[in-house]
Amino acid sequence: MAKFFDEMWDKAGRPRVPYHTIGQWFDREDLARLRAKQREAEQVFRVTGITFNVYGKAEAEERLIPFDIIPRVISATEWARLSRGIEQRVRAINAFLHDIYHRQEIVRAGRLPVGMIARNVAFEPKMIGVSPPGGVYTHIVGIDLVRTGPDEFFVLEDNARTPSGVSYMLENRETMLKMFPELFSATRVQPVSDYPVNLRRSLAACAPAAAATGTPTVAVLTPGIFNSAYYEHAFLADQMGVELVEGSDLRIVEGRVAMRTTQGYQPIDVIYRRIDDEFLDPLNFNPDSMLGVPGIFDVYRAGGITIANAPGTGISDDKAIYSYMPEIVEFYTGEKPLLPNVPTWRCSEPDALAYVLDNLAELVVKEVHGSGGYGMLIGPAASKKDLAAFRAKLKARPANYIAQPTLALSTVPIFTRTGLAPRHVDLRPYVLVSPERITITPGGLTRVALKKDSLVVNSSQGGGTKDTWVLED
Amino acid sequence: MLGRTAGGLFWMYRYLERAENTARLIETGQRIALTRARASDDEWASVVQTASAEAGFVEKHAEYSRDAVVDWMLRDRDNPASILSVYKQARDNARAVRTALSYEAWEAVNGGWMAIREALARRVGERDLPRVLGLIKQQAALVRGMTHGTMHRNDIYDFARLGTFIERADNTGRILDVKYYVLLPTAFSVGSSLDNAQWESILRALSARRGYRIVYGQDVGARNIVEHLILDGRMPRSLRFCSSKISGNLGFLAQDYGDAPPSLGQARALAERLAAQGLDGVFEDGLHEFIQGVLGDLATLSRQVEVDYRFYA
Repeated sequence: MAKFFDEMWDKAGRPRVPYHTIGQWFDREDLARLRAKQREAEQVFRVTGITFNVYGKAEAEERLIPFDIIPRVISATEWARLSRGIEQRVRAINAFLHDIYHRQEIVRAGRLPVGMIARNVAFEPKMIGVSPPGGVYTHIVGIDLVRTGPDEFFVLEDNARTPSGVSYMLENRETMLKMFPELFSATRVQPVSDYPVNLRRSLAACAPAAAATGTPTVAVLTPGIFNSAYYEHAFLADQMGVELVEGSDLRIVEGRVAMRTTQGYQPIDVIYRRIDDEFLDPLNFNPDSMLGVPGIFDVYRAGGITIANAPGTGISDDKAIYSYMPEIVEFYTGEKPLLPNVPTWRCSEPDALAYVLDNLAELVVKEVHGSGGYGMLIGPAASKKDLAAFRAKLKARPANYIAQPTLALSTVPIFTRTGLAPRHVDLRPYVLVSPERITITPGGLTRVALKKDSLVVNSSQGGGTKDTWVLED
Repeated sequence: MLGRTAGGLFWMYRYLERAENTARLIETGQRIALTRARASDDEWASVVQTASAEAGFVEKHAEYSRDAVVDWMLRDRDNPASILSVYKQARDNARAVRTALSYEAWEAVNGGWMAIREALARRVGERDLPRVLGLIKQQAALVRGMTHGTMHRNDIYDFARLGTFIERADNTGRILDVKYYVLLPTAFSVGSSLDNAQWESILRALSARRGYRIVYGQDVGARNIVEHLILDGRMPRSLRFCSSKISGNLGFLAQDYGDAPPSLGQARALAERLAAQGLDGVFEDGLHEFIQGVLGDLATLSRQVEVDYRFYA
């Protein structure tokens, strides 16, 4: 256990300062009561329908993401430092996107090889020269952070396309408030509940100038009830008080994107889309898409609608680009990055590849365009066979991979049948970008690997979630 | 409101109403089977027939036995009219329109789905049947109650009610139509038996026993039953009652939206026709023909509502 930093307990087994209240509360609690509470929480999630769909299963089964009742706590000081770093990074990402789809100064300056753009499938040529309303590319960003020590936080990944999970952040808090009000009486926790209001305000502030007629009309675009994150789409539309639309509800009417209401077509100003770029517009992208809106990209180019996030933002959270983030932050902000990257070897570079092949058993190898924890090798946990297979893949397509040291991810206790037990966690704070400001909700989604010693926190692979508290000063 | 949302609400409530009526239909079948001395496979056949679910049934089963019919109508996924299929449709529609439902109504329909799916996970034996049917009726009633008690009275509510009453009228019409020969004043032409148990079964299938006794006392007769189920404006499942509700809800929508689409005219015509209809006329035209006429009008109306309010692209 000494090998990993535990966020709750110090080396002597005493709760650290932010966890004082939780520690005292837990010592006084009856395990049987807590077990009952844990079951109660699950029942609440089921009846509310807070579920995700599992693809590839016989009957598109809806599952719960396991919820752990022990909160993860971050002090006000820690959070202040983190949020400054996050804001800096998100600013840089937006500036990078604007530059990359316009003059590409960063390439001209020799800070980013042209091949990283020109040969990158995440680069969207249709966005060249397009300026999104308000200059905002990534209206909603999730920055995945990991911790390895008292003051050591790293950015593991940027999510600049359509980051999901924010509904769990909100529902986890609601559930905790309902189940353990006494905890919130004893501790001052910064609220997260204004996220939907901020989201709507932030989206509305990005409405195209041409379309503005009074209050902008915002809508959430979902692929439909069979999508894995459908609950979240419905939840966000509901909380914002806007329509939840599907592609079949939309069409282009007189140069505007409009939704089919019971009284005819009504124009939309801002669309928060939860479908990938590829499926957005069968006329401009994947012609087989049944989910999108034919011609929406043409309206977008003409400034008739705001699409959040903008098409083509994938170039900024691509794993190969990730390795250049320290340069990117410095280039656009003129400052040193406040939040460090995890050291990354780009296997496209011969020296790096040689190092990675020699040290494969100690490294984590990821596909450049992979996500969700799939297609990934965790060296220390891999069998000889897995290692050999990955070695072959690396040699065959080195540019498809990056490698990172296996991080000693911090742990936070979860509640098990026999009491508390440490498990590895990460953190995804949610960031809203509008032309005026960047808003970061205090906390975010803590994902936890429920399996002992596991480092994979993805819900698709046995991960759960926790409520995340940022304490008031 | 989105046209698709209006459609989702309309169908969600149609399916809920259908699930409940199907439960009542099975209950009636079981009741008859238990109280009649001779074999009652006819009764089970009419249960399947009322739900228009014969086509798939005959492919899978040799005869209309109790076990086969109960399983087919309760939980066979191959039967789109089984309670499991119908309630799933209700819940899928609810999920697609959950931003329009009150939290209570959504939790009722979702909780109902969880309970019903669990209850129908395996074959339901004779001993468990009353409990399971009770659960289904209760869950459907819970959604209706939550809808009534917690939903804002606007176009959302109107579409929910439209679905409820169009489906209910359709179900009442179907039950009457399958049993119409029992109610003919002279039964000789059909050659079928005419007995109290059959009449009773019709009242039971429509939860009409108490109301009937309030109006007619112990005097059970075919004319009274037809009058009660078709023409009585106080009987909440009668064709007249439902058509008046349908016309009322379309009227609210028209008021709300400031227009008068074709469906409103059709609904008003049907409601007025049923209000003015005399009992003798029903028999003169032929009971079967009369009911078929109303069922046809309801189907036309339902399609017109879909067009008028842009349910589909």
